[in-house]
Amino acid sequence: MKLSLAGSRSALRRIFSDKLAARSFLLAASLPLLLLLLMAAALLFRTLPIFQFVSPWEFLTGDLWRPSQGEFGLSTFISGTLWVTLLALILAVPPCIFASIFLVEYARRGTLRGILPAIDLLAGIPSVVYGVWGLLVVVPLVPRLGQFLRGVFGDLPFLTSSNPTGFSILAGGIVLAVMISPIIVSITVEVLRTVPQGVREAALAVGATRWQAIKHAVLPNALPGIIAAAVMGLSRAFGETLAVMMVVGNTPAIPRSVFDPGYPLTALIANNYGEMMSIPRYDAALMGAALLLLVVVIIFNVLSAMVLARLGQEVSS
Amino acid sequence: MDSHISIKDLNVYYGANQALKSVDLEIPRNQITAIIGPSGCGKSTLLKTLNRFHDLVDNTRVEGEVKFDDIDIYAPDVDVTEVRTKIGLIAQRPYLLPMSIFDNVAFGLRIHDMTNRREVKGHVEKYLKLAGLWDEVKDRLTQPATSLSIGQQQRLCLARGLAVEPEVLLGDEPTSALDPISAKNIEGSLKELKSQYTIVIVTHVLRQARRLADYVVFMYLGELVEAGPASKVLSSPKDPRTKAYLSGEM
Repeated sequence: MKLSLAGSRSALRRIFSDKLAARSFLLAASLPLLLLLLMAAALLFRTLPIFQFVSPWEFLTGDLWRPSQGEFGLSTFISGTLWVTLLALILAVPPCIFASIFLVEYARRGTLRGILPAIDLLAGIPSVVYGVWGLLVVVPLVPRLGQFLRGVFGDLPFLTSSNPTGFSILAGGIVLAVMISPIIVSITVEVLRTVPQGVREAALAVGATRWQAIKHAVLPNALPGIIAAAVMGLSRAFGETLAVMMVVGNTPAIPRSVFDPGYPLTALIANNYGEMMSIPRYDAALMGAALLLLVVVIIFNVLSAMVLARLGQEVSS
Repeated sequence: MDSHISIKDLNVYYGANQALKSVDLEIPRNQITAIIGPSGCGKSTLLKTLNRFHDLVDNTRVEGEVKFDDIDIYAPDVDVTEVRTKIGLIAQRPYLLPMSIFDNVAFGLRIHDMTNRREVKGHVEKYLKLAGLWDEVKDRLTQPATSLSIGQQQRLCLARGLAVEPEVLLGDEPTSALDPISAKNIEGSLKELKSQYTIVIVTHVLRQARRLADYVVFMYLGELVEAGPASKVLSSPKDPRTKAYLSGEM
């Protein structure tokens, strides 16, 4: 058959519009990445002035934060963030793994189908709601827990504090643990479901119990994915601001105990952005804190995305 | 006939679907029984009732009696892990445990409380030899099992199944994922093993049934149509449906 339209005007127009469509979709798709780069560049640009004043090392490790006197050290805030995040992970990861194992390996399919949407719903609750819940429920409980622990065990490292209120990194950790649980459970459930049924059956067929099959056949296969799920939770916890800010006490001192108050980086930025323009270099210091958060969260996300992608490839091959 | 497994009035339901309809069958001891029939006829379903793999799937109901020697394996006081130890299964594809070659075989021994290292080692060697894999892997036992070829992997799965010393071996199309040479190796092993084990395989390859089977079971649409010595069923079937299947008309 002859290509009667070749070279004609309408053919050229169609080829052109096809190319145009492809280009514009590419542009739309690369927009998020572009925005991220722009954001990082802007933060970096606004941070740089602080380094004429303090060295990057001093900025990260100094423990004095007196903007009016020109002292900018982030270490108390970094340690506040690390404490709260670590605590949230310790509290959230083991129960989430057990819950996921139950849902995938033991529960009936119907149970899983009923519970997964509820878990996704939990992930969508605004963080201020979690914050209020923390304020009303968790904060009052924390001092009682502290008294109880002291009554039973006496003075223990990391568990003894002179803080009379419940505003503490423990309260922050508990609220955060609840907030990051949905993402950890939903990723872990997905990961466990990618383990082929034949692998379970291989263990069961030689007389293993369900738990033995899970422990020796399923979990080793799923481990990288479970770690990635925990890292996803970690980066979520790292960046969470409002709910933590409401319960953590916001006292700029390095915590010595889980019952001490703390002051995470995110809370620092949120509490002070209003006055940052009135003090020289204050804005640059806060931008530096934001840049630090951004970089750490990007690193965590990229790492876990890489692990999950590789896991997906292995399963499909 | 000396029957090792005896099935009476077996019905299996997947939800509302009835997959097996009132099956009665005697499986002879120390012979190879081949279950044949077109896709979806209930071959695999029948096989999976024998090691209680239907327990793993929601909404599956098994009714009837499956007696292994004199024990009803579906009786409430029977330990299912013991059933699966006595009645082993070789799957369609080699599914490896995420561990070394050695540990894949030793896994079953260890979960059944064999702790003496020398004993475990002896068993692993014995069953790798029985599965015809020992010479190929004896110098690389600590390597991950995934480093083996797929044919070797299936023989490793055979060794893993044999190591817990079952009395019955089930094979769910155990050669269908393999190349012809690996398939021949597995078939050779099964032939050698039948003096010590009762073997039941599902196969959709008629020629394989002819090569291997002493006893043949033909299934169609969830019903057991005909069962008997291979020479009889394969060469002079009684039922018209069996005839049609054997002549390739089905």
